[in-house]
Amino acid sequence: MKKRVLPALAVALTLAAGGPSWAAEAAITIKEYGFKPNVLVVAKGTKVTWTNEDDIPHNIVGAGSLFRSAALDTKDSFSFTFENAGSYTYFCQLHPFMTGKVVVNP
Amino acid sequence: MRNETRPIARRQALKCMAWAGAGVAWAVVGGVPRSVLVGSAKAAEMTAGAFHFVQISDNHFGFGKEANPDALGTAKEAIAKINAMPTPPSLILHTGDITHLSKPVEFDIAQQTLGELRTKDIFFTPGEHDVLDQDPGSLYRERFAKGSKGDGWYSFDQGGVHFVALVNVMSFAAGNAKIGADQLDWLAADLKSRSASTPIVVFAHIPLWPIYPDWGWNTVDSELALAELKRFGSVTVLNGHIHQVLQKVEGNVAFHTAMSTAYPQPRPGEAPSPGPLKVPADQLRRLLGVRSIDVVPGKTALAVVDTTLADA
Repeated sequence: MKKRVLPALAVALTLAAGGPSWAAEAAITIKEYGFKPNVLVVAKGTKVTWTNEDDIPHNIVGAGSLFRSAALDTKDSFSFTFENAGSYTYFCQLHPFMTGKVVVNP
Repeated sequence: MRNETRPIARRQALKCMAWAGAGVAWAVVGGVPRSVLVGSAKAAEMTAGAFHFVQISDNHFGFGKEANPDALGTAKEAIAKINAMPTPPSLILHTGDITHLSKPVEFDIAQQTLGELRTKDIFFTPGEHDVLDQDPGSLYRERFAKGSKGDGWYSFDQGGVHFVALVNVMSFAAGNAKIGADQLDWLAADLKSRSASTPIVVFAHIPLWPIYPDWGWNTVDSELALAELKRFGSVTVLNGHIHQVLQKVEGNVAFHTAMSTAYPQPRPGEAPSPGPLKVPADQLRRLLGVRSIDVVPGKTALAVVDTTLADA
């Protein structure tokens, strides 16, 4: 158990030394033409990673084009760190009926 | 299959194609489509002296997943079919999804492979899979739509027909496909000087009639474009996107969606999602194909023939 924790701690310390506060991470899965979870609530500064589990490509476009991924083929990922509180809707440009939301708490 | 006012069931369409052997010709006379055996005397008479062109769609160069591991191979088969047509088409319309992921290498393969078509006049409109680059649509436009306006729309005249290429894959709002105000303004101006007797062929990737909005198989402002086309006596709308043949006639407007050369998709609403339809390998070629269209002098209707890769 200790062996697993130590590298993680080292990473955290490195990040802390670099200035930013604790870097949280969260994941969204793209599956069956949907974003899971569809509404994700995170704290400010969270790095959100989308991973495509479908056998067809998708992409991520944040409303207002704050963030925009390239085409994500099967198993491809895209990450964006939300630095400001707010509610961010996003959709898939290939299938614009696929929409999701990230709510960032202050 | 006569007098259709709703999409034709694929099963039904396939039955008809099997019966016809080489496909079904759709003659739209007085707004009512009739199917005619291809190769029959009637079909020959119908198309004599016609201006002949072809629609190819949804090659998805770069696709290689389970639904068709050799999408490049089936695209080449489609090209060979067009090259072998007894009457070479005067032009070819490509209704988009040329590539799968808008990668430069996919565009290169597309250019090289489509370059094998003997007919060199190919007119493109992009699919949503062609505009995924960081500057959306720039890779597509520099290769396939030089000299086009806005996001890639344009028009031209050939064989007495006025052709209009619309782009409905560039709207980056959540929801469904859109033509947009700028393009609609351009369309109104483009059509203004044409006489009502000019046959109009509009081609765009995503269907311009609501087939299944839950899957994005519609264009939210298509009615605004159709309003501009209302005064014309013969309007044919050719779309891709849904990888299957569906047809509808509304007044003077005939709508047709085309088969892909890469992989089939489920019928509207008949699967949890519109993802690629996996079929046994020996059935795949019956669901892929190309379309030829004849403009027959003296007839307001265009004759539309869909041919699968399995057809002789």
